[in-house]
Amino acid sequence: MLKLTLNGQKVALDVDPNMPLLYALRDIQQLTGTKFGCGAGLCGACTVHMDGESIRSCITPVSVVEGKTVTTIEGLGIDNAKGDELHPVQQAWLDNRVPQCGYCQAGQMMSAAALLAKNANPSDEDINNHMQGNICRCGTYPRIKKAIKQAGVMIQEVNKAKPVSGKKGVQA
Amino acid sequence: MSPLIEQPAAVGTINGAAKHVSKVTRRSVLQALGLSSAGLVLFSPVQAMAQNKAPQKQNTAQDFELGVFVSIAKNDEVRIVNHRAEMGQGILTSVPQIIADELEADWSKVTVVQAQGDPKYGSQATGGSASIRQHFNDHRQMGAIARTMLEQAAASVWQVNASGVTTKNHQVINRKTQQALSFGELAELAAQLPVPDKAAVTLKDPKDFTLIGRDVKLAGQEAIIKGEAVYAQDIQLPNMLIASIERPPVVGAKVKSFNADAAKKVKGVIAVIQLKDRPLPVNVKPVSGVAVLATNTWAAHEGRKQLTVEWDTSDARVNQNAQHNTDQYLKALVEKVNHKGRRVRTEGNTDKHVYNEANTVEATYTIPYHHHMSMETPAATAVIKDNTCTVWTGTQNPQWAKKLIAEELGIDAQAVTVNMTLMGGAFGRKGKNDYTLEAVELAKTVGRPVKVVWTREDDVKHGFYHSISANYCKAEINKDRADHWVQRVAYPPIGAIFDLNAKSPSNSALSLGFADIPFELEHLSCETQDVETHVRVGWFRAVANINNAFALGSFVDELAVKAKVPTHTMWLNLLGKDRIINPAKEGFKEWDNYGHKKQEYALDSRRMKKIIQLLMTQSKADAPTAKNEGWGISYAHSFNSYVAAATKVRVVDNKLTVLEMHTAIDCGVAVTPDRVKSQMEGAMIMGLSTALMSEITVKEGVVEQSNFHDYLSARINQCPSLFVHIMDSSAAPGGVGEPGFPPILPSITNAIFHASGQRIRNLPVNKVLSV
Repeated sequence: MLKLTLNGQKVALDVDPNMPLLYALRDIQQLTGTKFGCGAGLCGACTVHMDGESIRSCITPVSVVEGKTVTTIEGLGIDNAKGDELHPVQQAWLDNRVPQCGYCQAGQMMSAAALLAKNANPSDEDINNHMQGNICRCGTYPRIKKAIKQAGVMIQEVNKAKPVSGKKGVQA
Repeated sequence: MSPLIEQPAAVGTINGAAKHVSKVTRRSVLQALGLSSAGLVLFSPVQAMAQNKAPQKQNTAQDFELGVFVSIAKNDEVRIVNHRAEMGQGILTSVPQIIADELEADWSKVTVVQAQGDPKYGSQATGGSASIRQHFNDHRQMGAIARTMLEQAAASVWQVNASGVTTKNHQVINRKTQQALSFGELAELAAQLPVPDKAAVTLKDPKDFTLIGRDVKLAGQEAIIKGEAVYAQDIQLPNMLIASIERPPVVGAKVKSFNADAAKKVKGVIAVIQLKDRPLPVNVKPVSGVAVLATNTWAAHEGRKQLTVEWDTSDARVNQNAQHNTDQYLKALVEKVNHKGRRVRTEGNTDKHVYNEANTVEATYTIPYHHHMSMETPAATAVIKDNTCTVWTGTQNPQWAKKLIAEELGIDAQAVTVNMTLMGGAFGRKGKNDYTLEAVELAKTVGRPVKVVWTREDDVKHGFYHSISANYCKAEINKDRADHWVQRVAYPPIGAIFDLNAKSPSNSALSLGFADIPFELEHLSCETQDVETHVRVGWFRAVANINNAFALGSFVDELAVKAKVPTHTMWLNLLGKDRIINPAKEGFKEWDNYGHKKQEYALDSRRMKKIIQLLMTQSKADAPTAKNEGWGISYAHSFNSYVAAATKVRVVDNKLTVLEMHTAIDCGVAVTPDRVKSQMEGAMIMGLSTALMSEITVKEGVVEQSNFHDYLSARINQCPSLFVHIMDSSAAPGGVGEPGFPPILPSITNAIFHASGQRIRNLPVNKVLSV
């Protein structure tokens, strides 16, 4: 049994440790929001967070995430007393009507959330550098850029409103 | 009867589950889908998305049907069916939006329901940018039918004539007393009335549209951003096996022998099955192969890696396919178009003319094979039980799937249920149902539900490619315009996948920006050539408009340079005087205007010139540029829409940077303006990929590329600022999904010329410039 924290819950997986995390999420955990795009770490559709960093789940054996904290698109929203609330990235994606077919967008949002958790005020170059591993064939890039900047502003505002000491702001 | 009413329990479960994603696991949503025999996919109500809270509890048992597309519940909620296939173009919003407008429904009370494949909806073949341009009035009639039934019901309640009532904002109003009855109050009574004939209902005056032309809340976006949207890859059924298939590397090859011993030892592998041989022509059917079926996706792929398969290519035609090399083939195409071919359109006489070399431009343009590369690779799930078959598939063509499955199994089409999932991109690829049939064949053989999933390598190596092509153009400058125009085209025709004797483009293919050339010319010859086809070719966004617009757009720029006039001036001069252009009366009898004979879709030179002028005004593409920078423009009509594009680039030390791109479109009425804009943005990005970096090559019958590292696609750092300019128009709606694409390619290469003096006639650009 392989243990990890998945979207805030303790999970034990009875799978071959070599199975890529992507298939453990989709086939075993039935979390199909994370998508297969290339199987080779080339397109970013399968992006999830491991301890807050974005990783490509299609080339990450499940053994690598043992004991770690994994977040998928299903767990990106912020849990609070009111129930599930969209992450600023998701809200900005909605506001800018980013998705066309939508298939790559979970990966795009997970990458964007990881970027903004470290840098809530990214330049165009920061966005290009961080997001160039996520391909969109529909061509939603200009809206992704806009949405990331908007989400960054939202995150900065939330963080300003929070006390600095040790308290977590909006993070992935 | 709408699928909604057929499966109320399943609908309730899916709908309820989708609203509480953090409380209800993904599993329950998908099981609800799987356990429902109709497998209805229902998208979040627009209402819930708008207000970001759970909708009122819906009692679907109280839904009353008003025609095929609309049902209304007593609580005023309206359900509208989208019967077309959603692949990113936004049709999930646009079709219900049109229907809701004619119905006078309040959009916040509308829930969109995705149809199954069913002949009762009329054509569901989602391609050719046709959903709105060919069915706009049909959709309006579906809304008007429901409105008429509500009005008749209200009139009977008030004992007045139908003319004594009117409908507005989800209510029918008594004109005399101003009493009002809500849709919910009238639904039950209205549903008992006969459904009126669609020709008998009155449509709204377009000036009274309340939703058409406005940006309403889009259907389905919230499900996508939460990771809840269901694509074909996401289907999970109890007892399901997942299949990974090794297919023949050369088109038409058969399995000679295979060894599955090692594959069967992989944990999770349940069966290894040889698919049946399929004769040429390939049609849209599977290509045979060996399938590894397992309890999870990874085991299926791992098992397949252990397979050894020997292929038989001894058939004479398959052997020819095995000798197909794109390098040689492209040379042969170029050679062919540089010689006289079969005339498909003639005006005047170009043969007798003695060209003045100094004023003549002659050029050949080529484009390689292209692959759709939708982010979601093909996938389909099938269940066969008691002589019935249910599939879940991402298809642009659910009715064709139904027919093919019925033929495959030898059962009645009515025993086949085709559930349409969302598609993670399609671009024409998913108009073919080969993968759907693979799932059906395997489910029948193994006696369990089967999901076929394609790896990216499968997708790239076994596509239906956009044809490799060569276009030739020659014309003589006469002051600031040109004449004595000869153009030729050669490429493997899509018809060849259905008929081994098809060797040249069909008349409708020749009408895609080639023999329908809109210029005022006294002497014109349009010619084509016969070629053999050795791979599966197919419809790709805009089809032959891609190569034809690249050639024409490049050539007009070359003429402009030769004549020393701005490129947009050359376009306006060649388009000539204001007129309706009818190629059928100008030497091309077989002209097919994208299936439209109606006057409202006539080719209009005024609209062509106006869209070029709008582009120039908005982009300022005629303004001076810095050193090493340049603008390129182009124009193309396709799918009854008029589009002009401008691109600005910089070229320094053989390194290309695309700085800015503009698209101006006249698509008539823009039903959902934001989705027109998003399609134009997407077309610019796809144009960048296609012009600059993508290419499928074939060596000895085998596709050389395999994944995103060698079939390149534009990434965010290569994406310039994009601008879209939509012409304000009340003309009949044209296409949107495809027309943005064709003019982009020449706008880029023309810009490269004006920035650097380098004329690129053979794509992709990255053969000569770093991109």
